[in-house]
Order: sequence, then C-alpha cells, then structure tokens
Amino acid sequence: MTDPAGAVADAHRREWAAVLAATVRVTRDLDLAEECVQEAYAQALEAWRDGVPARPGAWLTTAARRRALDAHRRAEVAQRALPLLVVDEVAPEPWSAPPDDVLALLFTCCHPALTAEARVALTLRLLGGLSTPEIARAFLVTEPTMAARLTRAKKKIAAAGVPFRVPGPDELPRRLGGVLAVVHLVLATGHTAPTGAALVRDDLLDRAHDLARLLRSRFPDDAGVAGLLALVLLTDARRTTRVDAHGGLVLLADQDRTRWDVRMIDEGRALVRDALTARPLSRYAVLAAVAAVHADAPSLEDTDWPEIVGLYDVVLARWPSPVVALNRAVAVGFADGPDAGLAALDVLAGEPRLAGYGYLAAARGELLRRAGRLREAREAIEEAVLLTANDVERELLAGRLAALG
Amino acid sequence: MGQYLILIYTDEASWAAIGEEEAGAVTAAHERFGQQHGAVLRGGGWLHPTATATTLRRPDGRERDDLASGEDALVTDGPFVETKEALGGYYLIEVPDLDTALRVARDVPEPFGGVEVRPLRPSVQEYQGS
Repeated sequence: MTDPAGAVADAHRREWAAVLAATVRVTRDLDLAEECVQEAYAQALEAWRDGVPARPGAWLTTAARRRALDAHRRAEVAQRALPLLVVDEVAPEPWSAPPDDVLALLFTCCHPALTAEARVALTLRLLGGLSTPEIARAFLVTEPTMAARLTRAKKKIAAAGVPFRVPGPDELPRRLGGVLAVVHLVLATGHTAPTGAALVRDDLLDRAHDLARLLRSRFPDDAGVAGLLALVLLTDARRTTRVDAHGGLVLLADQDRTRWDVRMIDEGRALVRDALTARPLSRYAVLAAVAAVHADAPSLEDTDWPEIVGLYDVVLARWPSPVVALNRAVAVGFADGPDAGLAALDVLAGEPRLAGYGYLAAARGELLRRAGRLREAREAIEEAVLLTANDVERELLAGRLAALG
Repeated sequence: MGQYLILIYTDEASWAAIGEEEAGAVTAAHERFGQQHGAVLRGGGWLHPTATATTLRRPDGRERDDLASGEDALVTDGPFVETKEALGGYYLIEVPDLDTALRVARDVPEPFGGVEVRPLRPSVQEYQGS
C-alpha cells in the first residue's frame, strides 16, 4: 500500500530545490520553471498511486523538464517579454563535473543587485519551496505585497541579466557572505517568528538547516559556513524544548536541558572549535560560540556568563549591532548583577534602531524586576507587550505582569 | 550578449571647484578605462554641465505632434530634474551578463559620485542593428 500524497509531500520537502534548479537550466525562465515543477508535483499525485518511483527527484525532474520543453515549443513563435536567463553552457566533456544547479540558483536568488528583502523571499520561494502566503506571514507583509516583491525580483533577474551561475573565485568570498546573511535571517525568523500564533516556524528552521548543510557540503573549508552551520545546529538543538505542550514559550531558564539534541550539540561544538581558529574571524563562528556556552551549561545560573559577555565584546568590536549590544547587556545582568545589566541597557535607550523593538523593553523589565524595582518593571513589560506581535511571546509577558501583582 | 548603459552621476559643484591638474587626472583615468575595456565598449560621452541643458516638457494630454510642431511645447532652461548629483556622462557596453557589466562599471573613474548600470531592452539593440 503506497501513500502517494505522503510521498509527494516528502519529495517536495527533500527535492524541490534540486528539481527546480535543474528545470531552470532548461527553461531559462524562473516563472516558467516554477510552473512546470508545480505541475510535475501535481502529476506525481496521480502517477504515484501505482507505486512511488525509486528516485522521486529524477522522476519529477524529467516530468518538469518535459513540460518545459513543450512550453518552449509552443512559445517559439510568441514574442518574449523578457530576455532569457543567462546560463553557462555545460562543458560537453564527460570528465567535467556536473553543473551545480542548486548552488547556482541560490547565488542568483542572493545576488547583491536585489534588495535584501527580495533575496530572502526568493530564497525561501525557489530553494525552500515555501508558498507566497507562508513567506508573507514570516515577514509581516500582506500576501499581495509579497507576491509583488517576488515578481519584481524575478523580473529584474531576467531584464538585468543576473546570471544563473556560481560566482568565480575572485567574487566568491563577497558573494558567499551575502548568501550566509540570507540563511542567518531565515534562521532568526524561524527561531522566533516575528508574528502569528506559533513561536517557532518549523518550515523556516528546516530550510535554514538544509541551506547551511548544502553550503557546508560545497564549501567545507570556509569558516563562515562552518560557523553558520554550527549556529543553526546549536540553536536548533533546543527547538523542541522552547515550546510547552500548549504552545507556550519556555524560557532558557526553564527548558528541560536533558531533552536538548546531543548529536546536534556535539556536531555544532566541533564546528565552532574549528571555525574560531580560522582567520579572518567569522561573526557566525563567535555567535555560535555563545550558543555553545549555553549548550554546555547545566543550568541558567551555572552558565559561564563572563565568557558570554567576552564573546559578545568580540562581536561588537568588529561588527557593531544594537541587537548584539542588547544581548550583551542581558548577559552582563547575569554576570555582574541586575544593576550592571541595567547600566549597560541605559546606553542603548536612545538607539533609534531599537525604537519599537519589544525585546529592549522586555529585557529592561526583567532586570528591573530582579533589582526589586517592581513598579518600573511593570511599566517596561507593559511597553513590551504593546511592541510584540508574536502571540506566544505576548502571552509570556502577560504572565510576567500577572506575577508582579 | 546584452547591452548596458553605464550612467555616470556626478556632483557638478565639486567638479567646478577642482583645478585643471585634477581634472586632467580624471580625464586621463577615463582614457585608461577606455583602453582597458575597449573590447566591450560600444560608445560613450561626456556631457556639458546641466547649466547648458534645455528641457522640453509635454503638457498633459497633448499628442506628440504638438511637441514636434513646437507650438505647445513648454521649453525651459535647465535639466529635466534638478538634483545634487546629475548625469555627467555615459558608457555603452556589450557584455554577457550583469556580473560582467558590474565588473566593468567598478572601473569607471568618478571621483564625485557614482554610476548606475541599466540594461537596454533587446528590441532597442535590434533597432540599432547590433
């Protein structure tokens, strides 16, 4: 007894990026490729009733490419509105490596000629196979806005001649940095969804995981890639313990550390160790080192907070960021007490990039509570509730307010 | 292959303020750029400042014929849009893709502004007989 729907869903999860990338090489048109791949998956729902093929990805690629060739034949006489994608000819020599279409698609989606918002949206759509509504929800925009953003980006890729290609060695370091930034944003957005009913977006975390693994397999010597994969693993190791049975947020202090994924932590820790010794130092490696300190701690109190403060100092010295400064202030609050933490937060009070950032008010509220300044703590947490769009986080803050009496 | 226009935007006030020697150095840099990228260059030009520009603005709802006859054309002294950085020159290049175009554009010497890279529509290229 085969379950075609389950097999198709599984193939969607595992094979989408590879099938689409291989189809793009034929269509040289992102929209047409997407259309053909979607039709191939729909066709699989029917065709796989009599049995799931041994290699679902190959079956889907063949089906999608056949549709693409048909479409091309039909469109031969029709005028094209946009030029075809720039795709390098594949060397005919049998000994040459097969083209890395998935990686080429990733570099196309993360091209610096696109806006940062478009890069991450395109990556989730074309590499991750997420639907437009799913992506829209993750980034606090309406569905039509996200659809327009994706359309505009695809149009620019075609009209401006953004190539479907892995950049050469002279450009690779800079371009790889751009790809890592996109994966990091997918991780951060999945770890704590900025909006909605669920705290964690499993789909986004899974995609961040896949992309980091893909990059690691292609760039095994890159410290930034190693650092990012470590950060993904050490963050993801805690995924199931961050939410309780009712979907409520469980804070680091209350998480069941015995349920953290030991295999992910071990792999992450080993990657951090290597990545930290590489030069130039990668920001992701240091952030992963922070996550590794947490992973090694038996409890919140017995965490090596001075070490975490020191690591944040390293990050801030090279890559100043108000959000990292906020995290550092929280760590100072544990290392040297709430008054020291509050002093570190006060420096950030006028930071315009943190205006409207709920975590600042929430962190202040928690430090004030621990300092025994309950009236001010209540005000700060009330402010945080107003600034938080994630339902689960809001509920946790409401619980804290109630506990203050 | 695609054609790209590299539009050079420059701060005219800064240009006006420099001496002949500095201006000569920029000109020499452009000559070097021309030699370096001669294989992909299809054209280029250096514009007089916007003070020499004359703008024709078609009144709303008028047909193009009216503009051609000159009767209703609104002729004004100055550029189409007043901006701090104005179009000062351009290069037309023919390269395989945007990455190549951006590599060429990086080498354009422009001390007081930057460049914008715009793809030409294929139909225009055909019209030009390339």
